[in-house]
Amino acid sequence: MPITVKVLRRPTGGTSYLRAMFKGMLLTFSHIFRPKVTMQYPEEKSSKDWTLSSRWRGTHRMLTDEQGRAKCVACGLCPQICPANCIKLVPGEDEQGNRYPLIYEIDEFRCVFCGYCQEVCPEEAIHVGVHYENSEFERGRFVYDLERLCAQTHPVSTLWDPSDPKGE
Amino acid sequence: MTFFLIASIIKLLVVFTLIMVGVALLTWLERRVCALMQDRLGPNRVGPFGLLQPAADGLKNIIKEETYPATADFWTFILAPAVSFTPALLTFAVIPFGAPLNTKWGDVPLVVADLPVGFLYILAISSLGVYGIVLAGWSSNNKYALLGGLRASAQLISYEIAMGMSTVAVLLLAGNVSLNQIVAQQQGSIIHWNIFPLSLAFFIFIVSAFAETNRVPFDLPEAEAELVAGYHAEYSSMKFSMFYIAEYSNMVTASALMATLFFGGWSVPFTTWGQSGSPTLIQTLVTMAVFFAKTFCFLFLYIWVRWTLPRFRYDQLMSLGWKVMLPLALVYLTVIATAIWFFHDFLGWAYDTRFSLALFAVNVALAIPLLFVLDRGHIVAGSVERRRA
Repeated sequence: MPITVKVLRRPTGGTSYLRAMFKGMLLTFSHIFRPKVTMQYPEEKSSKDWTLSSRWRGTHRMLTDEQGRAKCVACGLCPQICPANCIKLVPGEDEQGNRYPLIYEIDEFRCVFCGYCQEVCPEEAIHVGVHYENSEFERGRFVYDLERLCAQTHPVSTLWDPSDPKGE
Repeated sequence: MTFFLIASIIKLLVVFTLIMVGVALLTWLERRVCALMQDRLGPNRVGPFGLLQPAADGLKNIIKEETYPATADFWTFILAPAVSFTPALLTFAVIPFGAPLNTKWGDVPLVVADLPVGFLYILAISSLGVYGIVLAGWSSNNKYALLGGLRASAQLISYEIAMGMSTVAVLLLAGNVSLNQIVAQQQGSIIHWNIFPLSLAFFIFIVSAFAETNRVPFDLPEAEAELVAGYHAEYSSMKFSMFYIAEYSNMVTASALMATLFFGGWSVPFTTWGQSGSPTLIQTLVTMAVFFAKTFCFLFLYIWVRWTLPRFRYDQLMSLGWKVMLPLALVYLTVIATAIWFFHDFLGWAYDTRFSLALFAVNVALAIPLLFVLDRGHIVAGSVERRRA
């Protein structure tokens, strides 16, 4: 079978290319004076058109109580549910029988930011945060220990609530 | 003699620096204008308004690794950027960029080399640039680069003829090939600018100039969508950068040439500065500013067109060059030569406003059928066919 070429039928009689060209030139020129969409990132982090969603799931934050201690009771639910297996928890117990985490580490490289830890936490202690500027100079710095998790100050994520799907 | 040597060396350095800085700023302008046309901001981080961006780019290009394809023809590969870069700069040498500078040792013409055959020199040198591109494409030993080089040579040869023909009309009117004489002939009223008596020549010239400088819509040698990057696909670091500098200096030269040949060069409209008596320093500076402003308008046009129009298909490019531009230039030359003979020698008119207007009328009379053919019978029709009710 011979190779055939599909020839498109173009409207040869009905189009004015000169006029189309000038229209195009005018259009691009008018765009010079239109408002720009660029957000100048390090200075501006949100604009009136765009802000980071309050449901953004970023690096974790551990909430603390009035004495500044982590709210965590080392129940072990978060390492249990974590699909990426990135939470390391060694529980301890004081003289009054209160459980607290001896070691609580989250490997942010392994984390898939699913937010299950926040969802499962009975004490509302561990949270994923509305935060995305995480760069470090060493790989080791990406394992956040308890002290660092407590020291984070960024807002925590608002997880989706099935009983209130629109967040009202 | 000593004065001539020193003045020439100073002019050489000044012009070289001006072109290099101009080219650098042009890359910045290109990116800024492109960004603005696409509702972005463009480079604005390095220095005020991002003006130092070209310096940052240059630094990056210098410290980047140079790569040499294993199968490339080594010496030709190295030579090609220089071969494309040098003619681009050489051409500017004969373009006058201001009224003569009046110093206490005598008047210094503001042109690097005031050649009496300036125009022929431009025609000779400007076509040399294609060698760099062809050599680059061939020596890279890369099929895309070779295709880019082939396209460049075919394209430049096709449009060079039309370009030369269109400028012959200017020479007919000036009666001289010295660019300073061409500027002098256009001095006085705006009507004397060659754009009016020779509008169609300008049309042919600008289309050919776009093709000569390999810019959109004629940028087939580098056509990134089909040829990766065309002839400079294998080049890296400063050698790559030199192709860019060559492209932009070609643009500067072509724009300066358009300003000189068709828009009165450095002459300020409605004055005779620089022709009658020695100009003052202020007058010299103003003429320089006027020249650079005119050149800048064309540079902006280059950028504007680049970010508006799509690229030609290769066969369209060739048929435009050989079937439209070349015959048009030939016919136009014949008509305009006849018209000049008729008005000047037969009717005995002087080269004045009446003469320019008469030639302008001839141009308009020619332009209407031309646009009718080019535009397929629709000069002012809608750009899209109206649906029949």
